[in-house]
Amino acid sequence: MTQARAANDTYKLPPPLFNARCKACWFVAALLLLVAVSFWTLDLQWGQFFSREAARSMGRFVAEFFPPDTSPEFLKKVALGAWETLAMSALGTVLAAVAGLALALPASRLHDGDTAWSRTPMRLVLNALRSIPELVWAALLLISAGLGPFAGTLALALHTTGVLGRLFAEAIENTPPGPGAALRVQGVGNFRVFVYATLPQVLPQLMSYTLYRWENNIRAAAVLGVVGAGGLGQLLAFHMGLFQMNKTATILGAMLLMVAVVDAASHTSRRLLTR
Amino acid sequence: MLSLKTPALPVRSAPTHDPAWLGRVFWFSLSLVLLWPLGVATEFKPWVLLEPQNVKISAQFIGSFWPLALDAEFLTMVARDTWRTVAMATAGVTLALVVALPLTLLNTRVLSVSALSGRMARGPYWLRQSVRWLLIFLRSIPELVWALVFVRVVGLGPTAGVLAIALTYGGMLGKVYGEILESGETHATETLLRNGSGRLQAFFYGLLPTSAAELTSYTVYRWECAIRSSVVLGFVGAGGLGQQLDNSMKMFEGGEVASMLLVFIALVALADRVSAWLRKALG
Repeated sequence: MTQARAANDTYKLPPPLFNARCKACWFVAALLLLVAVSFWTLDLQWGQFFSREAARSMGRFVAEFFPPDTSPEFLKKVALGAWETLAMSALGTVLAAVAGLALALPASRLHDGDTAWSRTPMRLVLNALRSIPELVWAALLLISAGLGPFAGTLALALHTTGVLGRLFAEAIENTPPGPGAALRVQGVGNFRVFVYATLPQVLPQLMSYTLYRWENNIRAAAVLGVVGAGGLGQLLAFHMGLFQMNKTATILGAMLLMVAVVDAASHTSRRLLTR
Repeated sequence: MLSLKTPALPVRSAPTHDPAWLGRVFWFSLSLVLLWPLGVATEFKPWVLLEPQNVKISAQFIGSFWPLALDAEFLTMVARDTWRTVAMATAGVTLALVVALPLTLLNTRVLSVSALSGRMARGPYWLRQSVRWLLIFLRSIPELVWALVFVRVVGLGPTAGVLAIALTYGGMLGKVYGEILESGETHATETLLRNGSGRLQAFFYGLLPTSAAELTSYTVYRWECAIRSSVVLGFVGAGGLGQQLDNSMKMFEGGEVASMLLVFIALVALADRVSAWLRKALG
């Protein structure tokens, strides 16, 4: 017994840290590489950020926020902006729900015998709508709809149509086929099968998707205005551009409040519904 | 079903009209009435889109989408900015992890020693509560607003974008990590703590192994979201694809806008695929 024995039997030893056959090891190595290269190529100015100069300017910046402007006429303006934001998000979501349902129908296979030739192209359209963010849509729509909340509403509607359309299509394809088939063998047409058999079954799910998106859209609508598409964001960009920091602080406060209220409302309603 | 139990009623044939049409018409008109003030508030005037002048401008802009801008110089720039966008998202999420992990450890209720015997002591309770408020604050301010603020402090460039993503996503990750850890199987952790292991030990040997897959999968999902939002951050001057898109749009360079939108759609689809594949592999 000249050979040194391991403290444990080999099968009890932990596996080696890196093994050329282990996929996860390669994956983690690639991930670390990605992170390292990201930091390396971005020429981040940490020196500038952590310098005393930056700390001072940050301090000054924050100090300028106080006191927030609480004059009644400005508060009225902010309230109006908040209402505009809320209206944009609500109307955008409603439009998106209608358009999403209209696009989800050709994007789904309604029954087993359905050829669904439009399924693939429609899904491509939905994916394209979905992958362009609201803000980019807003910036594009400013050209034809002009500055203001209308462009923002349309932008929200377009992006949300993509999201909801895809979710709706999945929901429609996953409905239990029984009721629809029962009507279909009686010779009922496609439209009436959808309205009287499929829709009643998926409606609760569609509603919950729509409400969830509305919640998201309120948050999105608050910042859409930064490119000039109305709501609180437009006020924010305007007053920040003029360096009116007291007013900016009020608007930021309003945004925080709005998001917090929406969060709390969705939390409580979800708790009430799932109890 | 009712008619089966009461044979006295005459047998009714199937209704030829929708029996609920009155209710449907009522609810439909009520919703239209409710939508009216929203339309007023958002200046919802679709006919603006059809005014001859607007139609001319839009048609001109959309017409200039073709041919796509494909010269070598432009494409190298797009490639560089696409990489910057991905790098900004990756660096941002990495820093967000740095923010979120310690806060999660502080926040998790399962890792409280005093809560083992019923109620948590007052000190740890307020510590957890204040960490929770901090997380809510971090994620309540949209990343675009953080970016606007940081652009003022550190100047134009990716630093502002990375910091914005780090703070907002730190808040989101911290909150969701806490929820995942507490909804998982906590029995092993509790046993470890009861038998005198430290909190970190209990975390690494009890809590982490049971929910590692879910935590990783959520992080990957957030990385995918960060790629989308890092494009948007470019619009306020954080560099990357968004900034170039903004510039080309302001110059009405339709071809460049169209090419960049296509690149962007491809990028998002790719991130979507990678993230779906990874999450599936994690199970």
